[in-house]
Amino acid sequence: MKKDSLGIIHTQYFTFAEPPHPLQLKSGRSIGPVTIAYETYGKLNADKSNAILVCHALSGDAHAAGISPDDKTPGWWDDLIGPGRALDTRQYFVICSNVIGGCKGSTGPSSINLETGKPYALDFPMITIADMVEAERHLVDHLGIDKLLCVMGGSMGGMQTLQWASAYPDRVLAAIPIATALKHSPQQIAFNEVIRQSIMADPAWRKGYYYEHGQPEKGLAVARMIGHITFMSDQSMEEKFSRKLKNDNLSFQFTDDFEVEGYLRYRGYNFVKRFDANSYLYITKALDYFDLSGEHFIPNVKKTTVRFLVISFKSDWLYPSYQSQDIVRALKRKHAYTTYFDLISTYGHDAFLIEIEDETRLVKNFLANIHQR
Amino acid sequence: MEKNEAMKPDHQIIIDIVHEGAHVLDLGCGNGELLSLLRQHKNALVQGIELDEEQMHTCVENGLTVLQGDIESGLVDYPDQSFDYVILNQIMQEIKKADYVIQESLRLGHKVIVGFPNFAHLSARLTLFLSGKTPINEALPYYWFETPNIRFLTIRDFIDYCAKKSITIEQQYYLGKNGRISFLPNLLAQNAIFVLTK
Repeated sequence: MKKDSLGIIHTQYFTFAEPPHPLQLKSGRSIGPVTIAYETYGKLNADKSNAILVCHALSGDAHAAGISPDDKTPGWWDDLIGPGRALDTRQYFVICSNVIGGCKGSTGPSSINLETGKPYALDFPMITIADMVEAERHLVDHLGIDKLLCVMGGSMGGMQTLQWASAYPDRVLAAIPIATALKHSPQQIAFNEVIRQSIMADPAWRKGYYYEHGQPEKGLAVARMIGHITFMSDQSMEEKFSRKLKNDNLSFQFTDDFEVEGYLRYRGYNFVKRFDANSYLYITKALDYFDLSGEHFIPNVKKTTVRFLVISFKSDWLYPSYQSQDIVRALKRKHAYTTYFDLISTYGHDAFLIEIEDETRLVKNFLANIHQR
Repeated sequence: MEKNEAMKPDHQIIIDIVHEGAHVLDLGCGNGELLSLLRQHKNALVQGIELDEEQMHTCVENGLTVLQGDIESGLVDYPDQSFDYVILNQIMQEIKKADYVIQESLRLGHKVIVGFPNFAHLSARLTLFLSGKTPINEALPYYWFETPNIRFLTIRDFIDYCAKKSITIEQQYYLGKNGRISFLPNLLAQNAIFVLTK
């Protein structure tokens, strides 16, 4: 059966934290006004009980499903969201917003600072995952939703999911954190530091104030190349590229002889066109600051009633399965009734965007039984 | 509850043991058949642990919560007395650290329900004695080269173990070929179910 499409989806905007009531941030600083770009799919029911919040990963945006009106691209989780899909929009009202600090319509370092009339650049305050969730909470309030049926997301989206369940356990019925962690490990921080250094080492970065001159293209491209290496697995790279050459012969020069080199260059330079370098710096820092381990997880609650579906992928070495198992352990300590799957996949961290069939089966069945005791 | 003809006799006994609204952890829950029955008949709040992905999918289809993991590592991190019952049904013969699993189960459950095939059943004894072959019967249906069982135990072994470890046997049920029995269980029972407390 061919599934219906959601068709053209227009991004919407919500502005809050107008002066004199700015959004208080975890860093101690505040910011306002804040604009959040978001999309919705499906219809909110009369008692507002069918809302699912989908949270995006590091370079994602509010366009999770349907077709964008300008360049006709499908949303980043379009295979999962739509009529008849895992998040069935005939049944659920699905929301996805761009994180604060991002560059896809929400307030971030590339947004205009009303006080100066120029982009914030590094005057933008440091953002945490908790701040992202606060902004989402304002949006959910604005939409008149008291309790979300489910919050879900992969990678950084999974961290927001955990943060939601931890900060607002009474406002979430179920949570689906995928390929994520309770805290960033030193290895994850290390990769992010190399990513940041490669941007900041580019002279075109100009200590963050580059907006009049254009992006630090080389640094940002290298940063994204590092990211792409960590998203794949040894096996998926072997299957995709092996040692295949772009041309028939070795060049004996420093050009991209191998297909894998060409792929990384292509990905890197494409990224420069669509993503702000400073946003990449801010968001990777938010990832590194994330730590819901120990007492930080669902604090002051002995037993949580939030229903969890935790998913990891065996070949994911960026967010290895043991980190999801740490989440499960934390949930056991909170007496949470939890479903956990460590799915077989060769795609590494990218699996959460690729393994749609397994995810659909699990998410669909999990949501169908969500009201069952 | 009324006797259900289609229900497995060991499941029937376990459902009768578990009280209304109990919190239950089933170790090695398989496709969740027993947990579904406990939820249906006793309104139990249930959690399973299972290793097999396909069986786990069936659990999720039936709205059960199930963790992927082996039994030994599945027990850690639950606080003491997290559940009213921890169930170890038809799994004792497959786990490596049997003593550890029973002790941990007693830590995190008020009561532990253990069900296992009795290796000292008459037919098993006769097979071994007369033919000199590893017994194969309804409770022990595998050849030696394909069995998941890594140990064989008898009812008497288990009672001795409980006495040695000062584990209280609260209730015991013995199943013969045609239902419950009480006469010479170690000789005539194919399966045994014990309810343990510390």
